[in-house]
Amino acid sequence: MRYPTFPCLLAGLAAVPSSLTTLPAMADAITGEVERQPLNVAAIVMFLVFVAATLWITYWAAKRTKSAAQFYTAGGGITGFQNGLAIAGDFMSAASFLGISGLVYVSGYDGLIYSIGFLVGWPVILFIVAERLRNLGKYTFADVASYRLGQTEIRSMAACGSLATVALYLIAQMVGAGKLIELLFGLPYEIAVVLVGALMIIYVTFGGMTATTWVQIIKAVLLLSGASFMALAVLYQTGFSFEALFREAAAIHPHGTAIMAPGGLVSDPVSAISLGIALMFGTAGLPHILMRFFTVADAKEARKSVFYATGFIGYFYILTFIIGFGAILLVSNNPAFLDTAGDLIGGTNMAAVHLAQATGGSLFLGFISAVAFATILAVVSGLTLAGASAISHDLYASVFKGGVVDEFAEIRVSRLATIGLGIVAIGLGILFEKQNIAFMVGLAFAIAASANFPVLFLAMFWRGLTTQGALIGGLVGLITAVTLVVLGPTVWVAILGFQEAIFPYKYPALFSVTAAFLGIWVFSMLDRSARSQAEKIAFEAQFVRSQTGIGIATATQH
Amino acid sequence: MDAQQLERIRNNESFRKLVAARSRLGWQLAAVVICLYFTFILVIAFAPHLLGIPLFNGAVTTIGIPIGIFIIVIAFATTGLYVGRANSEFDGLVRKVLEETE
Repeated sequence: MRYPTFPCLLAGLAAVPSSLTTLPAMADAITGEVERQPLNVAAIVMFLVFVAATLWITYWAAKRTKSAAQFYTAGGGITGFQNGLAIAGDFMSAASFLGISGLVYVSGYDGLIYSIGFLVGWPVILFIVAERLRNLGKYTFADVASYRLGQTEIRSMAACGSLATVALYLIAQMVGAGKLIELLFGLPYEIAVVLVGALMIIYVTFGGMTATTWVQIIKAVLLLSGASFMALAVLYQTGFSFEALFREAAAIHPHGTAIMAPGGLVSDPVSAISLGIALMFGTAGLPHILMRFFTVADAKEARKSVFYATGFIGYFYILTFIIGFGAILLVSNNPAFLDTAGDLIGGTNMAAVHLAQATGGSLFLGFISAVAFATILAVVSGLTLAGASAISHDLYASVFKGGVVDEFAEIRVSRLATIGLGIVAIGLGILFEKQNIAFMVGLAFAIAASANFPVLFLAMFWRGLTTQGALIGGLVGLITAVTLVVLGPTVWVAILGFQEAIFPYKYPALFSVTAAFLGIWVFSMLDRSARSQAEKIAFEAQFVRSQTGIGIATATQH
Repeated sequence: MDAQQLERIRNNESFRKLVAARSRLGWQLAAVVICLYFTFILVIAFAPHLLGIPLFNGAVTTIGIPIGIFIIVIAFATTGLYVGRANSEFDGLVRKVLEETE
């Protein structure tokens, strides 16, 4: 049995073969060679139905998307429940579905460790970020970070952090998408990447946040339904007994009962803590996730969003765990799913896909393949919208135009930015096909945790934060994160081919987040300018608004 | 919000109560989740065999399974707890603050 080609999260921490790359499971990149599958007609038909439905929604959304608020936030008219589903749709990627179930299939319990890491950031977002973010912001998290600070400096920096996060994430998604679609549908890699890029441009350019939200909601419902069906089918086989499921799986699996305990994925405490920090605080610094909080009317709906999202995401991870064990039971000993060497056809990431065939036949296989494609589209659309907003709202409207800008000009810029980002994503997706992109999502998380999160957090909680401190400290976090990843094992050794990594750990967050907080603190304390005094005084009004929502950017009326 | 209203809100008793109650609950629950998660991670790093103890005599299921599920459930439950308190208590306090400081 092979290890998943899919790069793993806690992985770096250990006994994974060195050819394996390490990065968060959200990483979403399916790396390595893929064998193209025969054209899958049922999957293509169901995918076309999905595309037709989402294009119809985009058409409907386009008629409503006349204002900047509509474009960026769907007018703030999404309910907490809908937003919870959309957040789950934004967050549950194809790789967390296929990758984590594949990891469970290969090493059992370790898959659960990954899932938990991705979930625990959510309660923290609720307790310290969600309500205040909604009360203070309008379209992007930079609204909040720069609320009482220098607009030009802080928005430029926040936009850099956003674009870096989005770009790295998007490339990883595009490459993963191309390979996955090649695998599932039998389409050539380039066509798959262009198709994903084109659909994403259409959704976001015409339908803005409204279309993106509904694509994410539909995808979340499809993914949760499909995964629920598979998990139920597995449990049906074992008489709804978990003990029976685990016993039969352990009896078949080459590692036996060892799959029921941690398999040494985490061995070194520094890496373990560093990764934990990156996941927990990186999630709270992802621009496409933070942006979702502006789509609801007020703080109450914002907090309900997180409650529902946490429930859906937690449920989904429990399903993937059952699906992984189900695949051991129903796939690993079925010659129809194995190649001549006894490995899974298409690699271990295909465990859930083969299980779909084993439990629901070729029609259900087609359904799950179409869901995987839909999943990719939902995630890249959210990313592109977040990147376009950073360009049009933060850089164009606030920095270049000093906040004095015609709304229609701003929307036009955001649509152009969407098209531009889409084309860049397609180009880079094709360019990076054969590259090792495993470091990218890990780096995206590190930047989110080290540059975006500390500035956002201290802007909301620390009176003493000044423009100078936020700017220098944020840049320190950004540069430290990038430098340590480049000097670390994932780039210095795996890509540049050096023998020894200069920085020994795969996850920089423990160091880069600390550096960012220290930098912000030191340079804020050193700032004695008149402006910094005014910024500290302005904290009071910001604090009252963050608590009460007085002056909140409200939903647009129809 | 003008300077006078700001001053009135800052000195308002209900506002102080709101801020204190929300911060206390938020940080307490955050501490619960963060401690639970990092304890789990450190057990995996230092003593992974602890999670491999069978759930009962002769079981294949290990205690690591319910512990993992427990963390997922706690993550969800704490968000529910926070939302429940916020809906019943904090929103009422916010309304009170606004009424008292119009």
